[in-house]
Amino acid sequence: MGKLYLGEFEELVLLTVAHLQGEAYGAAIMQDIQQRTGRMVILSAVHVVLYRLEEKGLVTSVVGGVTAERGGRRKRIFTISAYGITILSEIRQVREELWQLIPKPLRPSTL
Amino acid sequence: MKNTNQPPFWLDRFLQWRLPDDQFEEVQGDMHELYSQWVKDVGKRKASWLYLLNTLTFLRPLPKGKENHYSTHRPYLQANFLDMLFNYLIIALRNLTRQKAFSFINIFGLAISMSVGLLIITMISDTFSLDDFHQKKDRIYRVITTDQFAGQPEMHLASSSVKAGKQIKETVAGVELVALLRRGFGGEAIIKDTRISLSGLWASESFFEVFTFPLLQGDPVTALKEPYSLVLTEKTAKKLFGRVDVLGQQIQFDTLIYIVTGVMKDVPKLSHLQFEALVSFATVELQKPDTGDGDFFAWENIFMNYAYLLLPPNGNPEAVQANLNQLSAAQNARITNRKITLSLQSLKEISSGESLVNPIGPTYFNNAARWVLVGLALIVMLSACFNYTNLSIARALRRSKEVGIRKMIGAAKSQVLVQFITEAIVIALVALVFSFLLFLLLRIQFLSLAAQAADLFKLELSTRLIGYFVALAILVGITAGILPALFFSRINAIQVFKNASLKLFYHVALRKILIVVQYTFSLIFITTTIIGYNQYRSFLAYDLGFSTENILNIRLQGNSSKLLKNELAQVPTVQNVSTSLLVSSLGNLYGGSMKYKDPVDSANVWINIVDEQYLPLHQHTFLAGKNFSAKANAISEDEVIVNEQVLNRFNIGKRVPEQALGEALTVKGKKLTIIGVVKDFHYGTLDKNIEPTILRYSNEPGGYLNVKILSSDLPATMESIEAACSNIDQVHPLEANFYDDQIEQAYSQYSVMIKIIGFLAFLAISIASVGLFGMVVYSTETRLKELSIRKVLGASEFSLIYHLSKGFFILLLIAAFIALPLTYLFFNQVILREFVYHQPIGIGELFSGVGVVMLLAISMIGSQTLKAAQNNPVNVLRNE
Repeated sequence: MGKLYLGEFEELVLLTVAHLQGEAYGAAIMQDIQQRTGRMVILSAVHVVLYRLEEKGLVTSVVGGVTAERGGRRKRIFTISAYGITILSEIRQVREELWQLIPKPLRPSTL
Repeated sequence: MKNTNQPPFWLDRFLQWRLPDDQFEEVQGDMHELYSQWVKDVGKRKASWLYLLNTLTFLRPLPKGKENHYSTHRPYLQANFLDMLFNYLIIALRNLTRQKAFSFINIFGLAISMSVGLLIITMISDTFSLDDFHQKKDRIYRVITTDQFAGQPEMHLASSSVKAGKQIKETVAGVELVALLRRGFGGEAIIKDTRISLSGLWASESFFEVFTFPLLQGDPVTALKEPYSLVLTEKTAKKLFGRVDVLGQQIQFDTLIYIVTGVMKDVPKLSHLQFEALVSFATVELQKPDTGDGDFFAWENIFMNYAYLLLPPNGNPEAVQANLNQLSAAQNARITNRKITLSLQSLKEISSGESLVNPIGPTYFNNAARWVLVGLALIVMLSACFNYTNLSIARALRRSKEVGIRKMIGAAKSQVLVQFITEAIVIALVALVFSFLLFLLLRIQFLSLAAQAADLFKLELSTRLIGYFVALAILVGITAGILPALFFSRINAIQVFKNASLKLFYHVALRKILIVVQYTFSLIFITTTIIGYNQYRSFLAYDLGFSTENILNIRLQGNSSKLLKNELAQVPTVQNVSTSLLVSSLGNLYGGSMKYKDPVDSANVWINIVDEQYLPLHQHTFLAGKNFSAKANAISEDEVIVNEQVLNRFNIGKRVPEQALGEALTVKGKKLTIIGVVKDFHYGTLDKNIEPTILRYSNEPGGYLNVKILSSDLPATMESIEAACSNIDQVHPLEANFYDDQIEQAYSQYSVMIKIIGFLAFLAISIASVGLFGMVVYSTETRLKELSIRKVLGASEFSLIYHLSKGFFILLLIAAFIALPLTYLFFNQVILREFVYHQPIGIGELFSGVGVVMLLAISMIGSQTLKAAQNNPVNVLRNE
């Protein structure tokens, strides 16, 4: 198998988990992505991605405390793991290398 | 405690079912949090949709499936759920193509029955979208009237008085706008030399603010303000002028000139208001036409006008109703002997509520009729489902091996269940394709069935309707498949292999019951059709108390009856001509109040105004007295001829015809003396009692000419009559109908009903027949060996046929035994109660339907059993 690949949506979710810092649970992540990207996000998609990321070891989760607005139901708080941080920075590094290679200012090709 | 921000609980159930236990709580928490956020952001309705969407998408494959009984033992099951479904589809399609006869019977039955279902769904969706185009539809109400004379039953009218409308406008709080309408505007539009007849409504100036009828030209606020203003629909404008930009044009009716102040888009089909033109209500207020119901602005003048109210947003109909009650009470205090009560009716109820007297436009079927239609379609569809159920269970032996193997290698009960239901749904969906094609044909047929149908229904398709169609097919599939699926899912795998002769006729009782139910319904349908048709024929031939034979009724259309009479007298085959205000027994009524000696005792009597020729020409029977004698116009009217009911109602002359002669009556304030009493005759239609009816004299009543014809050569006579009439009136085309044809027309709604039920009967019988056919084919096939052995041992062919078909006949007899008394009771207790005058139901009518169905069944059973009985036993048994 070798290296681990992340899909675009997985990457978005992982980044959101990273920046929400201890406040990352299903609904919060979903709303954050929805606000930032302006696209419609479905909870089940976020949910599935979170569990897949946990399976891959990129995030860890703990069941958190009780809040009133959820009718006393507990949240599962996700935090990014060390492995997750490594993967994210690898991705970022690749992107940045690519950006370096692009001539500035960037123009559409005029063939 | 119910929290209004609580999302639907069954969706939580769904989540609980779907998600692993340790994930359920967090997801449910997330969902509830999101839901309360959505309610704040986008409102409750949309929030519920989002909630539904977000919940249902948890159906997607989850990374960690739910732990349950199956997954602990057979962890692969969850993973390849979709693969299994695909496998079921393949198996279903293979079975479909392998057993062609079976598939044909099922698809044929389901397709034709579902096409009826599709038609009914479309029709009902049409009636539900009636008047939907009005933007303020939720705030529009109509004022309807309940009218009751002391001691008489209530009459419910869609119309109300002008006075009521005006009073509401001035005094009732909580009403934004009042639109007054009046029916019956009509006549010949004269534009230069052309004359085109036109009909429409009078409407007050707020009409276009209450209703959403966009104007192409003109100002909606002022279009109906001034007297003699006229708004045309696009179609009418084109009909009259050949173009649309006709603002300011003049149109003459009689001697009056109207100005076109607006052209509106055509009235949509699904509207309860239908008209060609609107005339400003101010016009009719100026004219104050006298229709014999009292002063134009009188509280009792409730027959011609309509009032529509627009309530303000968040208006309170109950408060308005309370005000209406007060208003009615105050007005009723001023009249005696009569109670007129106003009430509100919402726009939706107009089209789907109870039927009222004086409807303003075409009437759609009400709730009851809607349910009857749905019920009939359901019965036909159920019948087709039964075929599927029966044949599937009957073929259990073949499939039980397959199920056995599936179970051996680990299929759970629920999986077998899903498999067989999937199979049924596949068949239903295939049938849907065919039924859709049939539906397209049926739609054309239906729209041409009755003249009104094309005006009332659009029957257009929409994506939503297609969604309903697919939903119907899936529902039909589940209904048809649920019993076989349960049966197969309960099969015990070990038994199947240990003992090949599995209890094959395990569900024989169930199958028998289904066949009986199918045939019971088929028999009810066909018997209903036959009885209904006979009753309908008997209406047409009913003795009305006078003769209608060879009488041609010609509408005068404003021409002088004298001139026409003279012309017609020249036609040699015309025996006699009379004139009358209206033609009896067709449902047209003209009434008035009448008093005898007691000044406070008044009652409604029906009136026809006739000349001296009328009674002899129609061969009315005189019980006492004599006919009118010809009088000149100038002599004032003082004579009247009454029927027996008048004597009974007012107890005139101790109800003896001879003694009633010479008594004086007051009719609509006029003193008249009884000069004759005729035998009771049918002034109204046959579903009404014969009521007090009087005949008044005029030598020119207007209305109709009744021409008695001698000739047997009717076309030639018609031609000469037409020629004679065109001498007098070059403008109007002749409007002449034979009396008998008109009576047929008056009962045409019943003929439409009989056609519909007859069609359903045809479907139900075909479906039941193919089902029975399938069963017979199957049972003779499986018993072929038994039959061969019987034959070898010496059974005759006849005894074999008897042996095979006995069972089926007993079922049919049971069905007949249930169906006939039911139909008889249904007609006697329910339907024919509605018709005061009808023929009794004959034995022949009851049994002829059974005969037809039995004959069909005999030919099917007979042909199959004969085939089996004639089989050479050697061919069957040699391989044993």
